[in-house]
Amino acid sequence: MIVIIDYDTGNTLNVKKALDYLNIDNQLSADPAEILAADGLILPGVGAFQKAMVALEERQLVPVLQQAAASGKPMLGICLGMQLLFETGYEFGVTPGLGLLPGVVVPIPSKPGFKVPHMGWNQNQAQQQNPFAAVFDQENTYFVHSYYVQTAAKNIVATTDYSVAIPSIVQRNNVVGMQFHPEKSGQVGLAGLSAFKEMVNDAHVPRN
Amino acid sequence: MLTKRIIPCLDVDHGRVKKGVNFVNLTDVGDPTEIARAYEAQGADELVFLDITATNEKRKAIVDTIASVASQVFMPLTVGGGVNTVADMQALLKAGADKVALNSAAVANPDLIRQGAEKFGAQCIVVAIDVRYQASQDRYQVVVNGGRKPVDLDALEWAQTAVAAGAGELLVTSMDKDGTKSGFDLPLYQALTQVVDVPIVASGGCGAIADFTNLFEATQVDAGLAASVFHFGELTIPQVKATLREKGVTVR
Repeated sequence: MIVIIDYDTGNTLNVKKALDYLNIDNQLSADPAEILAADGLILPGVGAFQKAMVALEERQLVPVLQQAAASGKPMLGICLGMQLLFETGYEFGVTPGLGLLPGVVVPIPSKPGFKVPHMGWNQNQAQQQNPFAAVFDQENTYFVHSYYVQTAAKNIVATTDYSVAIPSIVQRNNVVGMQFHPEKSGQVGLAGLSAFKEMVNDAHVPRN
Repeated sequence: MLTKRIIPCLDVDHGRVKKGVNFVNLTDVGDPTEIARAYEAQGADELVFLDITATNEKRKAIVDTIASVASQVFMPLTVGGGVNTVADMQALLKAGADKVALNSAAVANPDLIRQGAEKFGAQCIVVAIDVRYQASQDRYQVVVNGGRKPVDLDALEWAQTAVAAGAGELLVTSMDKDGTKSGFDLPLYQALTQVVDVPIVASGGCGAIADFTNLFEATQVDAGLAASVFHFGELTIPQVKATLREKGVTVR
């Protein structure tokens, strides 16, 4: 069972629809017991960093997600959900994130010819080899975001070229993030969600 | 680099696509989900659904349509036509739309743009603008009510107002070009891209592949939208993209 964290953010249902379409067993939940019992977690998200962290805190989910990650449970953050995995967000002030990955979330620099938000289909370039890189290398996926992650190269699985090189897939051990929307990226996006399901299958995490 | 987007537009009436779409292998030529899936397979970058239902059941029908499409087709979906309130936007976004397009309602009440952007994020809020050239004043004039009612509003000024209010994208249709198949209104888009810095979707006038190449070579717009040339199979998206690629335009 994969639990999609349900905290009143935008694209939750579209993630669920994609998992349903793939016949991947899933449920929406904000219940700590269900989250800790899940085989894998997906943290979706659209909107603003600070507001999303407040929504997680209101549901007392910050320590729950930290505990789940520490236990080795596979966790996938999507779009804003990926950004929340990091230590600090600089959107409308300075906001601590979940701190599951080292790094910060900063505005995409605007330059002539590069509109912000970065919205549309852009190509991924693998920076290291792993199952997610194998799915997405040289493939276009759908991005909608105004902020991006800065983190050490060792955590960056793939990047996409814009006004700066934007980390499009990040991973450290069991924690994965996709800056694009796999649930809106056609067949290749669905393949990426299936790759996460494989990761969950392979994890064999003891349930709490 | 971001790719230039090619976007088919579907007119939906009571949950059915108007104007039969002339693809082979469609078992039901009016089924939005089946058509959307066919366009996804062709490589469409996004789909725009324009609700033209003229009854009070309007909202429910289009919401059901979008929910059905979004459970089968995993690409960006924009919905416009009669989006009048924040509740309309919320229902469509919850059903699976990624963006909602405001048109006449935003002209009547520009604050609707701000309300939508604050609640859902600017990236969700498209302002659709129908324009025609007004020779007497040498300006592009805004037209509302499905292109039937001109209003005393300069389209370039309205575009700036809409973006300032929170529009994350503009879908701009040239009523002069719409249906003519004589090419996109290049001067209009050249002017628009000078005054706003959000993505612009060009619409109206597409009749041939060269119209797309001209659009992307002559203007800085982000996307081209067309309906009948795709629906009737006069052009296919793979043909359009192959030609654009040859011309050095980045496409998916």
